Amino acid sequence: MQTTLNTLKKGEKAIIKEFDVDAVPLKLLEMGCLPGNVVELLQIAPFGDPLYLNINGSHVAIRVETAKEIEVDVIENN
Amino acid sequence: MLSSHNINVALIGNPNVGKTSVFNQLTGLNQQVGNYPGITVEKKIGFCKLPNNYKANILDLPGTYSLNASSIDENVVIELLLNKNDKLYPDVALVVTDVENLKRNLLLFTQIKDLEIPTILVINMADRMKHKGISLDIPFLEEKLKTKIALISSRKGTGIEELKQLIVNYKSIPKEPCLNASVIDEEYFETLRKTFPNQLLYKLWLVITQDVNFLNLDRNEIRNSYTKSHSDLKRLQQKETIKRYQFINDVLKEGLKIDTSIAKDFRSVLDRVLTHKVWGYAIFFFILFGIFQSIFEWSKIPMDFIDSSFASLSALASEKLPAGVLTNLIAQGIIPGIGGILIFIPQIAFLFMFISILEESGYMSRVVFLMDKIMRKFGLSGKSIVPLISGTACAIPAIMATRNIENWKERLITILVTPFTTCSARLPVYAIIIALVIPEKRVFGIVNMQGLTLMLLYLLGFGMAIFSAYILNKILKIKGKTYFVVEMPNYKLPMFKNVAINVIEKTKAFIFGAGKIILAISIVLWFLASYGPGEKFKNAEKIVIEKNQAKPLNTSELRNAIASQKLENSYIGLMGKTIEPVISPLGYDWKIGVAIISSFAAREVFVGTLATIYSVGDSNNDTTIRNKMQAEIHPETGQKIFNFASGISLLLFYAFAMQCASTIAITKKETNSWKWPLGQLLFMSSLAYLVALIAFQILKNRI
Repeated sequence: MQTTLNTLKKGEKAIIKEFDVDAVPLKLLEMGCLPGNVVELLQIAPFGDPLYLNINGSHVAIRVETAKEIEVDVIENN
Repeated sequence: MLSSHNINVALIGNPNVGKTSVFNQLTGLNQQVGNYPGITVEKKIGFCKLPNNYKANILDLPGTYSLNASSIDENVVIELLLNKNDKLYPDVALVVTDVENLKRNLLLFTQIKDLEIPTILVINMADRMKHKGISLDIPFLEEKLKTKIALISSRKGTGIEELKQLIVNYKSIPKEPCLNASVIDEEYFETLRKTFPNQLLYKLWLVITQDVNFLNLDRNEIRNSYTKSHSDLKRLQQKETIKRYQFINDVLKEGLKIDTSIAKDFRSVLDRVLTHKVWGYAIFFFILFGIFQSIFEWSKIPMDFIDSSFASLSALASEKLPAGVLTNLIAQGIIPGIGGILIFIPQIAFLFMFISILEESGYMSRVVFLMDKIMRKFGLSGKSIVPLISGTACAIPAIMATRNIENWKERLITILVTPFTTCSARLPVYAIIIALVIPEKRVFGIVNMQGLTLMLLYLLGFGMAIFSAYILNKILKIKGKTYFVVEMPNYKLPMFKNVAINVIEKTKAFIFGAGKIILAISIVLWFLASYGPGEKFKNAEKIVIEKNQAKPLNTSELRNAIASQKLENSYIGLMGKTIEPVISPLGYDWKIGVAIISSFAAREVFVGTLATIYSVGDSNNDTTIRNKMQAEIHPETGQKIFNFASGISLLLFYAFAMQCASTIAITKKETNSWKWPLGQLLFMSSLAYLVALIAFQILKNRI
């Protein structure tokens, strides 16, 4: 089963895989949301949306609908 | 001043990197704020003295994350950088970056370099490097990025002199790009290069991908022969972004070292509290409450001062100037008109101060994050919360504050519903009517009925804004991808200089923008109230004397009776009489009609007009306006004019009606069309009329 960005738990890190370029705003790509980069879920807003992320050093908030479009590989924490 | 001998410097950078602080450091208060032609994007130019008698024009361009524009503000940046004939085309570009976000900030830098403009890399917030364990290899970075670097702190004011020296020597800065982005699709770019041998490749690429006006290249020709599908282009843009980041990562691997063991991070602790599902909202409402309290508390004294100063100025003018029409116009039209504008300065200045502090500190982004989900249910964005809060002081700056909402539909709905929030101009109207019709009783022994009514009116305004947003969201068929990307900047202590300059600028914009309209309308109103057609107005004095021959009046009674006769037959009095049939179902007479007409331009005029009307025809000067209004009897029904039913009807009318010429003007400006302000006017006025009508008809038989 594919994992998408919105399924991360708070504090979890992941590596961005592929996503549909048309579904993700270019602005987010410019913030560093690109395949291969590390993303960390910092906070989830009350009521579960939006998500507060650290993407490749940039701190941004995006909505769940956008996060659903981004596939990731979770980095296991030991 | 702006001169072609000066060096043109453009300040470019991501939002939240302290670009405006750098601008303020370079130029001090030597700034001019205007608009780009045809659009409402702010154009800020400042002047700066450089070493060796050089001077510079500093242009502060809107903040942008890249040269891929997604708003009118960002278009401005590209249009300027693509147009060599623009008289502000930069001789040198300063790309301002934040040392903590260097990686992301350099993306824009590499794009600017591709345009072959001499570019200085300004690395700001150098004072935080030690704190964060960051060290930079400046000579290495300068070599790899083919630039000169100024390491500065706009907060501490360090490095500014060195930066000025770099600007003077701008001719020695290399122009060539620091990476070759055309490798993303060599074949495609090669054909482009061959077809337009004289054009810069990156420029062609921007013309193809961006939706900007560009004069020198025939974009249709380029587009037709080289069109790719939208998603193909976007894929290429993604490749381009990846390419640039690869280059940046390689450079920073050598040039930037972070010792994470030193780094201290307050951000995560603060974030945890400020976006907490209980504490987050509690703190937010506590801050809001504090802001409202202080706006009203602190503004009271200066507002009273302005009010009384203009009253005495007006009296002085009519006393000292030679009697005549011109003096009347000055004393009764122009001076009160200007006073009516200036009285809002304290509230607006305080409001902007608070908003500016909330924004500078980074807190506003957290509120946006907290509120987005809730606001979205009503077709608004988390970003709508800022205008809705500002609207309680004044809708005009509030509507200007909608600009950072990316989604047009969400922005438009925010603009359209903001005037429902209870602005400060409604307060005087509410105050007098509540005092007249709501008994000064307490319920449950503690809650003051009058205070409760006022609070309900605030809630009603906010509720109607949210409700209308919900309806508009269902009605408006505006397509456009909802996208929402909010940068969550680091927390910073607001800088006094930035806050002060912001407050001064915004207040100035309000006075000169909205002020012109308010002043013009108050002059027109004065004319309408001071002149009238026909004999009844011209011979007012004779008619009054004849009418009262049986029982002659004393001087002041006579003066009031004449004034009353004149007002009733002036143009505005006749207008009031004309609309009487329309407003009598709401429980109003022609005098209230006059007050409603005259307060069309600005709500607070209502009280002043009624004061004038009820002052006349009454010889007892000790009686307050309130008592006079209380005693007013309807000639036909024999009931009090201001009774519970008509009072509630008036309160509701003022809660919903769009009686603010300045708001109409600003909506027109921000939406670039008359359709929206007129629709807003029509919707709000009919709603106000209907609700007032229903309320009066239900309540009138209960008295």
